[in-house]
Amino acid sequence: MTHNIFIYIACMAGVTFLIRVLPLTLIRKEIKNKTVRSFLYYVPYVTLAVMTFPAILSATQSPIAAAVALIAAIALAYFGRGLFFVAVSACVIVFVLELFTNPPLFIVNMFSASICF
Amino acid sequence: MSNKQWFLKGMRAGVPICLGYFAVSIALGITAKGAGITALQAAITSLLINASAGEYAGFSLIAVGASYVEVLLMEAVANARYLLMSASLSQKLNPKTKLWQRLLLGFTVTDEIFGASISIDGYLSPCFTYGAFVVATAGWTSGTFIGAVLGDVLPLRLMSALAVGLYGMFISVFIPEAKKNKIVAALVAISFAASFAFEKLPFVRDISSGIRVIILTVVISLVAAIFFPVKEASENDT
Repeated sequence: MTHNIFIYIACMAGVTFLIRVLPLTLIRKEIKNKTVRSFLYYVPYVTLAVMTFPAILSATQSPIAAAVALIAAIALAYFGRGLFFVAVSACVIVFVLELFTNPPLFIVNMFSASICF
Repeated sequence: MSNKQWFLKGMRAGVPICLGYFAVSIALGITAKGAGITALQAAITSLLINASAGEYAGFSLIAVGASYVEVLLMEAVANARYLLMSASLSQKLNPKTKLWQRLLLGFTVTDEIFGASISIDGYLSPCFTYGAFVVATAGWTSGTFIGAVLGDVLPLRLMSALAVGLYGMFISVFIPEAKKNKIVAALVAISFAASFAFEKLPFVRDISSGIRVIILTVVISLVAAIFFPVKEASENDT
């Protein structure tokens, strides 16, 4: 049996949309139950932390560069820098560190040329 | 702030998300191409679904000609964490928020957009989320398209740098709260440790990452909610 790609896409989009909108549309009021409220308050921080580590270490070519970016991002966020600054700093740190851990070819060539002299 | 100001603030928050999405979705486009999906179809999928794990899972099922029911079930499992995020977001909204706003807001929920939205103090203006989404999805959709057409166009070092920005964003959301609240700080440390253990330990490491996120989030948040319910005073300022 051959399948239609657009029906596949519709299946994927339909289920994903339902999952995303059901809680937002069904829970219209402020929840009064203290445990449920507390649960929903903790969820974002726990889920983002779970998704960050150790996944960040395998997001880059060099796990060391990622580890430095992780620590630097934690420090920057702790000292009050905003979302944009922290995210961009993490990018820059990894980019610069990977120049050393995984140096571009022309730098390797320059280095080996200077050793020959 | 006016709706327009919120939208612009959201767009700014969306910039690092857009760059990270662009880098990550190129690989998604390559997967789509491998599954026999055209670049345009892949871009439409990305525009409508905006979920990396869900799309990867979907594309790999399409590649083997799986049934529609299998695709439905797989998407439900791979994206189930959005149920939790959407429920959490429902408490960030003014209860008067209209139904169409809730539908539109729900459509935009991704890990990163959710993270940015949670970082707003007080009630969330949906316009902030729309602003972030518009910018971010441009990166996600175009990256998927370019990946499917051109393959690996970005140098590896640029890909790693951009991908790490998404995690930098997550960190900038949970650290400020951890600084204010000792229990959140402890939960972040526990989450790191538990997530690391689930990746390394035998048996549990076979659990897919989507399911792992749900299990750990529910267990850790629930135990915390039972033993350390949030006090009324701090409830009022969230």
